[in-house]
Amino acid sequence: MKAIRYIGLVIFLTGLAIFTGSLFTGSFSLTESELDTFLDSKGYKSEIIKGVLKKAVVTKEDLNIFQFSSRVRDAYQASNDHYDALIAKYDAEKNWDKKGEQFQYKIYGKPHTLSYDIAKKAGSGVIKENAGLMWWLTFGLSIIGALLFILPNLILLGRKGIKNNGVYHEASTNRGWIAWMVLIFLVTFYLMLYFMPDYVVNWTFILDPISKVLSGGEASQWFVYGFLYCTVMMVMAVRMYIKYRHNKYQVMRTTSVLFFQIVFAFLIPEIMTSLNMPGYDFKNAFPLDYDFFFEWNLDALTESGSIGLFILVWGIVLTLIIVPLMVYFFGKRWYCSWVCGCGGLAETLGDPYRQHSSKTLKSWKLERWVVHSVLVFSLIMTVVTLYCYFSGAEAFLGIKSQWIKDTYSFLIGAWFAGVIGTGFYPIFGNRVWCRFGCPLAAYLGLVQRFKSRFRITTNGGQCISCGNCSTYCEQGIDVRAYAQKGENIVRSSCVGCGICSAVCPRGVLKLENGPEAGRINPTDVLLGNDVNLMDLVNQK
Amino acid sequence: MEHIVIIGNGISGVTAARHIRKLSDKKITIVSAETDYFFSRTALMYVYMGHMKFEHTQPYEDWFWKKNRINLKKGYVKHIETKSKTLHFTEGDTLEYDTLVIATGSKPNKFGWPGQDLDGVMGMYHKQDLDNLEKYAPNNKICKRAVIVGGGLIGIELAEMLHSRHIPVTFLVRETSFWDGVLPEGESAMINREIINNGIDLRLSNNLKEIVSDENGKVKSVIIQETGEEIACDVVGLTAGVSPNIDFIKDSGIETGRGVKVNRFLETNLPDIYAIGDCAEQHEAIDQRRPIEAVWYTGRMMGETLAQTICGNRIEYKPGHWFNSAKFIDIEYQTYGWVWAQPKDNEARFYWEHKDGNKCIHINYDKNTHEFIGINNFGIRMRHEFFDKILTEKRSVHYVLEHLADANFDPEFYKLHEKDIVSKFNQENSTNIQLKKKSWKRIFA
Repeated sequence: MKAIRYIGLVIFLTGLAIFTGSLFTGSFSLTESELDTFLDSKGYKSEIIKGVLKKAVVTKEDLNIFQFSSRVRDAYQASNDHYDALIAKYDAEKNWDKKGEQFQYKIYGKPHTLSYDIAKKAGSGVIKENAGLMWWLTFGLSIIGALLFILPNLILLGRKGIKNNGVYHEASTNRGWIAWMVLIFLVTFYLMLYFMPDYVVNWTFILDPISKVLSGGEASQWFVYGFLYCTVMMVMAVRMYIKYRHNKYQVMRTTSVLFFQIVFAFLIPEIMTSLNMPGYDFKNAFPLDYDFFFEWNLDALTESGSIGLFILVWGIVLTLIIVPLMVYFFGKRWYCSWVCGCGGLAETLGDPYRQHSSKTLKSWKLERWVVHSVLVFSLIMTVVTLYCYFSGAEAFLGIKSQWIKDTYSFLIGAWFAGVIGTGFYPIFGNRVWCRFGCPLAAYLGLVQRFKSRFRITTNGGQCISCGNCSTYCEQGIDVRAYAQKGENIVRSSCVGCGICSAVCPRGVLKLENGPEAGRINPTDVLLGNDVNLMDLVNQK
Repeated sequence: MEHIVIIGNGISGVTAARHIRKLSDKKITIVSAETDYFFSRTALMYVYMGHMKFEHTQPYEDWFWKKNRINLKKGYVKHIETKSKTLHFTEGDTLEYDTLVIATGSKPNKFGWPGQDLDGVMGMYHKQDLDNLEKYAPNNKICKRAVIVGGGLIGIELAEMLHSRHIPVTFLVRETSFWDGVLPEGESAMINREIINNGIDLRLSNNLKEIVSDENGKVKSVIIQETGEEIACDVVGLTAGVSPNIDFIKDSGIETGRGVKVNRFLETNLPDIYAIGDCAEQHEAIDQRRPIEAVWYTGRMMGETLAQTICGNRIEYKPGHWFNSAKFIDIEYQTYGWVWAQPKDNEARFYWEHKDGNKCIHINYDKNTHEFIGINNFGIRMRHEFFDKILTEKRSVHYVLEHLADANFDPEFYKLHEKDIVSKFNQENSTNIQLKKKSWKRIFA
């Protein structure tokens, strides 16, 4: 059994190495006519971009993506520099008409994105030509290897039950060197995905055939991310199924997040795209879906006929009615640990790291400041955007619409949700984003705290303060602090993952939806003691 | 200002300190030789198993003590001088008190076995025992086999701990079946199976004769009394119960028996000196309880109660209905009310066991009045409040079975066995009890 695990590990690492190594392969160049077609499709007005790009990419040289990217970015820079120089020149000459004319020649957009667009056309080599084989060597090997590593646990973990044996002895789960390696890998991955998509263009070639089948179009870096996301969740869900096979709540919850990720977040949007509809994730609620009210999305929806209108109405109803109503009946868990994609990854890939969330009072205070600030930030951004959308103004209350959207997308959308939120799993736990950053979680949390039937019931006086619940709470809630006082746990941040209840050795905790009365029940003297003393102390 | 000194930073002493602070501004000092901060003793096993780090067993952050003006003093009390109200520490320093609370807990029993003080022989009670185990049994290369002597709660926990590191374990149990002084036959047999199914070498009706030393004064093997068999081992765990940790009290004038003798107000024979928790011994047992109760929950209750007395509201220690819990490897156990190993004359029993052999409930009720007396539940979680109320209201066994759905505390979506249980009872007793649907109204009434 152990041998199978080690073989699996080797196969997995091989797949991962090929996947990573594939970025360095391939050759990138365009013929002149290909470049012309590309430039025509872009409709640049710059008169020199063609010249500089031709010099850069119409070549017999064998360029890898990094060399190619650098040349393309230089070319764009050269073109923009040229016109910037003219602008400066006319500015000095106070020739305002001429100066004004120059701006149309500038090319806007992020250099790496421009580079990605060309690279997608310019790539050739072993991956593009053998996408199927490469899929097997990367995704295939990694999946098989990971499963070989995971499946023997069915026997190795012993009889079913909570088996956290060795969690704090292993380098992978106790912030050891393996955890740091994983962190570096994940952070690098997210940095490339968000900020240097051209570097991962080779991965899109691997998935082009699958993308074409699903949506008719070629794979983008976001398709790669979506596909990888589903794959990782599926494999790690197998781990969850084995680890918590005695606990039906965990089994059902895992199945649910898997279903919503694959069907709602991945397949339906792809299929909608293939039907010329705007691809939309019907479960992704604003303000987690922060660009729902961005101009481009509103334009796309209003231009898409009845389905666009339906999505628009659905998105608003989802946030304003469905989400709070469901939180009232079931707590925010219905979203955060049964439906949400971020939660889905946290509960599968992130489960081995759940113990790393900080339980200190300090971090709780920090959490409340930060997460509610993000909520306010997202709302201000949306108000500014909508005001500008309808009024045609560029700014509202002195805040520029484009600036606040860019800032939010960069800081919250990319850095917080991605690089830190997922990249830091192995060190800070699997719910950093959900706890500190997610504006939707903040909103659901307010409803859960003040108007909900959900609570974690503490079973009378049965708590022995062992600390398993607090240790394994991914949201950093000091569950024990409540349980040892005989008090129910009602916290805005609780995502209802149910692990506290699962790891409790004495059957003290139960996630329940019940009447609001008595949901919050602070006690000093616990059940089991003198009833008169309980009355005296608790009813003060 | 009145100075309250509490010896012992376990659940009893700390609960007392917390409640005294809630009720008063008195100066409070907690003395401990074991650790700097309060930790959950019951959680030590999880540290060795790697579920948690030691710091996770500490229920309060370090700033808590200062914020609540509870002084912590590390030191070992050698002698209590009651006349001058002074504690003398082994380090030579002293501490004066106005009120003294003795909450020193227990220590593992040793019955004078030859070799019981060798290296590699340990209990599993103190933080130091954990450190010792980490030293002598870090893995199955250094510890090729461990022998555990004594079949109680700590014994099976130690077996589970060693098993988690793949160390072969031989488990010597004096009784004919595990913990059968407390558990009825069905439950006891279930735990025997659980132990064996985990690959632990369970030896029932086996006593320790002696522990054999190697040339370095470290344990080499044990010899079994009944068979004379010698079992080679590197670690011996002595888990044959605990007794009050009160050696330092002798000669202080405080009356002791097995523990520190206290009345119902938890007062000792001397004024301003109290004892709570595992080390306190009631002059007369309360209801059906034992005079010494070495249980987390009773320690906590005594702490809650004594704080009232110390802060001017002198009240008796009056524990409510008995309850307890434990976990036997993967099988959780809870009990509410009394289910004795052997039924008393007036008692009738109802036992249901799931076909997988890992879940059961055992109900004890009055033969004549059918009043519910207690329940053992294994592998099924039950609601404490439900049974506390049942016992207070003196409900019948029929009522309990009818409302079993209200009692269940298993996580959502678990398969429920109430129908099965009720129909078995109906069959055995020719009754026609109908299971009622779970009702939030009743649960929270």
